[in-house]
Amino acid sequence: MMLSNLGNILLITNIVIGFSIIYNSFKDLTIKKNFIQRRIYQLCVFQSTLVIMCFLSLIIAFVISDFSVSTVYHNSHSLKPILYKISGTWGNHEGSLLLWVIILTIFSFLFLLYNKKHPKNYRLITLIIQNILILGFLFFIFFNSNPFSKIIPIPTEGLGLNPILQDPALAIHPPLLYLGFVGSSIYFSAAMSSLVTSYSGKSFALSIKKWIVISWSFQTLGILVGSIWAYYELGWGGFWFWDPVENASLLPWFAMAALMHSVIVLEKRNLLYFWTIILCLLTFTLSVTGTFLVRSGILNSVHTFANDPTRGIYILIFLSLMIFSSLFILFKKYKFVNQNINTNSKETFILINNWFMIFYLITVLLGTVYPIFTEVITNHKISIGPPFYNTVIIPIVVLFLLLMAVGPNIKWIKNDLKNFNFLLKIGIISILINFCIFYFFKSYSFLSNLIIISAIFLIISSSRDLHKLINNNKNDFPRIISHLSFGFLILFIGLNHNFSLEKDFNLKLGERKKFENYTLEFKNLRLDELKNYKAVIGEFKIDDSRNNSIKFLYPEIRIYDNPSTLTYEASIRSGLFKDYYITMSNIDRSDYYNIKFQKKPFMLWIWISAMFISFGGFLRLINNGKKNF
Amino acid sequence: MEKRIFKLLIIFFIIFFLGVFFIALKKSSIYDTKDLVGNRLENINLNHFYEDKLITEKDIKNSDFILINFWASWCAPCRIEHPFLLELNGEKKLKILGVNFKDKNENATKFLNELGNPYDLLTKDEFGKNSINFGIYGIPESILVNSELVIIKKFIGPISAEDFKYIKMILNK
Repeated sequence: MMLSNLGNILLITNIVIGFSIIYNSFKDLTIKKNFIQRRIYQLCVFQSTLVIMCFLSLIIAFVISDFSVSTVYHNSHSLKPILYKISGTWGNHEGSLLLWVIILTIFSFLFLLYNKKHPKNYRLITLIIQNILILGFLFFIFFNSNPFSKIIPIPTEGLGLNPILQDPALAIHPPLLYLGFVGSSIYFSAAMSSLVTSYSGKSFALSIKKWIVISWSFQTLGILVGSIWAYYELGWGGFWFWDPVENASLLPWFAMAALMHSVIVLEKRNLLYFWTIILCLLTFTLSVTGTFLVRSGILNSVHTFANDPTRGIYILIFLSLMIFSSLFILFKKYKFVNQNINTNSKETFILINNWFMIFYLITVLLGTVYPIFTEVITNHKISIGPPFYNTVIIPIVVLFLLLMAVGPNIKWIKNDLKNFNFLLKIGIISILINFCIFYFFKSYSFLSNLIIISAIFLIISSSRDLHKLINNNKNDFPRIISHLSFGFLILFIGLNHNFSLEKDFNLKLGERKKFENYTLEFKNLRLDELKNYKAVIGEFKIDDSRNNSIKFLYPEIRIYDNPSTLTYEASIRSGLFKDYYITMSNIDRSDYYNIKFQKKPFMLWIWISAMFISFGGFLRLINNGKKNF
Repeated sequence: MEKRIFKLLIIFFIIFFLGVFFIALKKSSIYDTKDLVGNRLENINLNHFYEDKLITEKDIKNSDFILINFWASWCAPCRIEHPFLLELNGEKKLKILGVNFKDKNENATKFLNELGNPYDLLTKDEFGKNSINFGIYGIPESILVNSELVIIKKFIGPISAEDFKYIKMILNK
């Protein structure tokens, strides 16, 4: 009861502080001094502290299982392990919105703090816009999705957290992802402020660059952790399903990746200013659109929270206001600039990267919203699945990888064609390696050949860059790491796709099944009673006659009590080069079990490659940090 | 002038997008098949299993009750409900429409030769796309509709002895 009151008081205080920051910033704009008043800094510190306290009080409510707080009652249970009590705080709609506000607030404060070199009015207007965003979300939380609503009489026990969310990967997935796409709010505000104050060019680029890298790196990590969770938890044996909500996290990622490249052109050559601004505005707009699609419940996916249409309307209105006000300012300030860019220059290649990103973005956006459109317009339900994305995106990836290898070695302004022969050699080597894999291991489709060739091409040419770098000390290491890892990622995904083995059959206890060089035996079945669930555990023996190895796997069927749900836990034996994966499900009124066996090569390497892509981003931050502060 | 048209186009495009979202919000799209009871089946378009023709509402409407059964030869529980379907096949007021779901023709034919064919009309949905319109998650599932094609009941999972009794009761009412 006390925590609920405290939370509400903190929320109200935060709203008041938000208004007062806006008021004081406007007042400060009229004062003809070069520095920002101390009071504004103080208010920002105060704001960040209070919002963190607010979140802490919700965490405490979860930890001590205070069921008078409705969010705790709906999403927790006193028997839950402590880690999942804490992660339960952001594993629901209300709590995760509070996390939104924390990130908005902290980024707002840090942006103010770390950009002291930039003009006062640019910083103040960024602060004002960011605080308008903060207020928008605070109002939403307070009036519509209040995590601190009280329940009277106080229930004795909570309803529990959805068991598939009780997973360590999922405990960190939302915070990482939020740092990514909510973090993009700060360059949305900065871009608006840049338009209003006409602060452009190199210095503007410098002020937002690190924030783009931060959000992109975290977004990458967040998507990765989500994929790992899907792979281990959802039991389909895949890691990317083109689920609408996965797509919602991918859309801002594309925009960020495009932005990360175009901002370099703005910094080095003072070109593409308006394009960069549009990307800044687009990234956060896509983030909010994604949130709208997920939270309003108009799309269905693993992420759907309990539905409430009023939420959708609120976010939609907020989104509309955001889009129209940014468009209004953009149209007012937009001037056509003749971009004088040579076709054979680094600028062109970065622009090409941007077009690719926008192409992916539009493809994924269309695929995601198309079912909504057909339902509204023709009343016809359709679903767009992997075949659409695979057909549209994959052929284009080939070209993208090749250009990604060539681009970074092109010079600014005007390039000469001296390294063409070398690229040809790399191309030939890549084709040879591909045919070795093709010939000695297993044949695969023409498209897969192209994908693997281009991935190897990118890997070799990035490795050569790495080699050159060691000889002359340049600041290009982070870029090479990210590009190289991206090459590896696509290579491993390609190999994984082509060398996977999947078998589906029904087995009774004691039976065995032979296929290729494997024998699978259903050895044992036992029932375990654990703290918050019962588990039917199968024991399977996999005998690999080619490598003479024996492995045991233990897939489970779990029966949770609070809330009562049945989940199928895959048993995964991860190895350096391949994973074995078994899921088992019972067949009603039969002593047969449906067994799904999969061999998935290079899973570990897919995770590692993706991790290094984002690692490149963090490395860039550290390097720049050393330079700038 | 050109610039203005371009701006207007963008604004129009965005309003269209947001408008669709707004309308979508008002539609319930929660994919819960339990709520289908009472709804009328529309836009039925199924491929005939043996012949190259489409089966639409007209072809199935001529009966008091229709049981639409989604099955496949690879589905073990489908074998369990099969005897009940065979028995229901004798009912005069009931027509059974089979939808062979994501299956191979030869396997399905073999299945029916082995266990008997309870279907008055057999169709196929090779890629599982048409079944989505019926709100099918997985199989076996069956839908009981009346002559107006209004859904009376949905059976998720194999038809049990109790479901069988229920269908009998409806037929005799």
